[in-house]
Amino acid sequence: MRVLNHPILGDETRQFNATIIVDGKQIQAIEGEPIAAALLSAGIKKFRETQKNHKPRGIFCAIGRCTDCVMTVDGVPNVRTCITPVRDGMIISTQKGLGKWGIER
Amino acid sequence: MTQKTGVIYQGFPSEDELSRIPGMPSEERIKKGSVACIECAQEIPCNPCEEACPYGAITVGKPITNLPKLDQDKCIGCGLCIAACPGLAIFVVNGSKEKAEVSFPFEYYPLPNKGDEMDCVDREGNMVVKGKVLRIVKPPKYDATAVITVEVPMEHLKTVRSIKRLGRSDR
Amino acid sequence: MKTTDIAVIGAGPAGLSCAVEAARAGAQVTVLDENLKPGGQLFKQIHKFFGSREHKAGIRGFRIGQQLLEETEKLGVEVLLDAAVYGIYEDRLIAYITDGKDHTIKAKKIVMATGASENALAFPGCTLPGVMGAGAAQTMINVNRVLPGQKIIMVGSGNVGLIVSYQLMQAGADVLALIEAAPKIGGYGVHAAKIRRAGVQIYTSTTIKEVLGEEKVEGVIAVNLDEKWQQVTGTEKHFNADTVCLAVGLSPLTELAWMAGCEFTFIPSLGGHVPIHDRNMETTLKGIYIAGDITGVEEASSAMEEGRLAGVACAESLEYYDENKALELKNQIWDRLDALRTGPFGEGRFTAKLKQLDARRQLA
Ligand SMILES: Cc1cc2nc3c(=O)[nH]c(=O)nc-3n(C[C@H](O)[C@H](O)[C@H](O)COP(=O)(O)OP(=O)(O)OC[C@H]3O[C@@H](n4cnc5c(N)ncnc54)[C@H](O)[C@@H]3O)c2cc1C
Ligand code: SF4
Ligand code: SF4
Ligand code: FES
Repeated sequence: MRVLNHPILGDETRQFNATIIVDGKQIQAIEGEPIAAALLSAGIKKFRETQKNHKPRGIFCAIGRCTDCVMTVDGVPNVRTCITPVRDGMIISTQKGLGKWGIER
Repeated sequence: MTQKTGVIYQGFPSEDELSRIPGMPSEERIKKGSVACIECAQEIPCNPCEEACPYGAITVGKPITNLPKLDQDKCIGCGLCIAACPGLAIFVVNGSKEKAEVSFPFEYYPLPNKGDEMDCVDREGNMVVKGKVLRIVKPPKYDATAVITVEVPMEHLKTVRSIKRLGRSDR
Repeated sequence: MKTTDIAVIGAGPAGLSCAVEAARAGAQVTVLDENLKPGGQLFKQIHKFFGSREHKAGIRGFRIGQQLLEETEKLGVEVLLDAAVYGIYEDRLIAYITDGKDHTIKAKKIVMATGASENALAFPGCTLPGVMGAGAAQTMINVNRVLPGQKIIMVGSGNVGLIVSYQLMQAGADVLALIEAAPKIGGYGVHAAKIRRAGVQIYTSTTIKEVLGEEKVEGVIAVNLDEKWQQVTGTEKHFNADTVCLAVGLSPLTELAWMAGCEFTFIPSLGGHVPIHDRNMETTLKGIYIAGDITGVEEASSAMEEGRLAGVACAESLEYYDENKALELKNQIWDRLDALRTGPFGEGRFTAKLKQLDARRQLA
């Protein structure tokens, strides 16, 4: 959920100028915001599954330290989505285990 | 288990604590007109309230962990200290009219409108009584902190300290 | 090879204040930060700060951040972003990665201002999506303007837990409850009073028993603790929460200091193992200084003062200030630091910092 109005920060003025594709679904995003922020704004909380037990993981630290939030981005696995900025047209997928290189279609 | 009272247990000062801190005005003073209630009960390193008062009615001094002391005769109840306090711990009350007036800081979105009947709450957020919004002041100098004044029955002058947050239209 | 007078690692309040102070003296300063944006924790702090006028009290944290950035720019401080420092080697050679590539920079003085990281907490369900650090939530709402959830349970009643609860409500979420294992509230009463007034219950002597949900947080079961910190069966409370925020303390980020070979001392109230430093913020290694949360977790105001202190000390040792001028400036800063470390909340830190300085004296 976006915070469009804020008592201290004022109104959101940035443009939703990017579209990213997450597991095949299109999501409106803001160029330059962390991928994780765009996902949370769309209500997506599960970012990956662990290798052995297929347990879900989401964002934990939001500053690039814990690696809980890694996903496959444009075919590259293990990208920390909380510190990687959105670019228009990015293709993102929920990462299974250690992830695979290449874009899954 | 009985709940222990006091700011370190409940998160707001108890009646007893309020009666002992140097920031509260007397009953007689409240009846004379607007005056500040500085509900700051712990010795924290902080003193913007002292500097904010143009009438020299608040003293913290040195060390800056001293509790703020109100000089109730110097205080004219202008409310300038309310938004300056980072702890949002200062209120202004007026017990000189038929109904009580309570001014408090408010930093949520959206703001009510002047004239609205609002749910007025106590220090624990419990609904106490409906009260009319008399004023909303939010000059640039307050840096996004609004100061709202509500009118409530006199018996609630010492309990009402805020209003319920309003629902948001952006979701 | 790239060289500089003073390399500052970390562009948080400590690092930036240090850079400003040293550059003001005339030194050439380079700041390195692994983030894409400078400011460290400052830009997510949208509340008005405590302290006195000299500590910029009454000004919101992110505005202080903007002011610091403007000053660094005016003074010609070089700020390298996306620069993750991974090693400090002999003769103060710093290795860092930018855009996936290795770089080095050699400095006459190094100041480490790497801050702290949030502690985690173990309980059934603690790894479910929706359980996150309070700082993570704060970053999301105040920097990225996105709510991580609608119905929040906050764990921990220190200032971070209290402040982030308030800010989550400002961003439009509901905080269902704040849970604290200790029998009393840890942070400032004035911060607690803000959220109490907004209707948030603070449950002391309470912990999380379990977080429910398969793919994400779908509920929280809290339980009371007795005097021996044991869960009391039969006291469970259920909350219909979708997010759990953990504000259970911070630990100094000291890897670089370990690696460089600084000596440490163990002071639990400062967050655990912390590098030893002297009154000038210099570590046991000559020419390597520290400032801010890395020296022991306090808050932003003291981080800025420590940064200034390290900046003045570096400038002095590079002879941009003579001894008298430096001492005059340092005396002012020491006074301001002492002021921040008084009262029931500050005294513990005051004694802890004395212990840290003592450890230095014993080595000498
Ligand atoms: C989540 C959270 C919330 C907080 N909220 C408050 C609050 O509301 N009020 C308050 O007063 N205090 C708060 N604090 C305390 C806070 O730690 C201090 O306010 C202050 O930010 C400390 O300043 P600093 O400069 O030491 O560290 P930081 O602000 O953490 O800055 C450190 C910087 O160093 C960078 N860095 C670290 N390692 C490297 C490396 N190897 N290479 C390059 N760069 C690196 C980091 O990216 C970061 O930008 C909070 C802390 C946290 C973690
Ligand atoms: S209400 Fe006005 S006069 Fe009274 S203490 Fe506050 S600033 Fe001073
Ligand atoms: S400014 Fe507010 S929190 Fe600070 S000392 Fe004054 S009353 Fe207390
Ligand atoms: S959430 Fe921890 S690395 Fe992204």
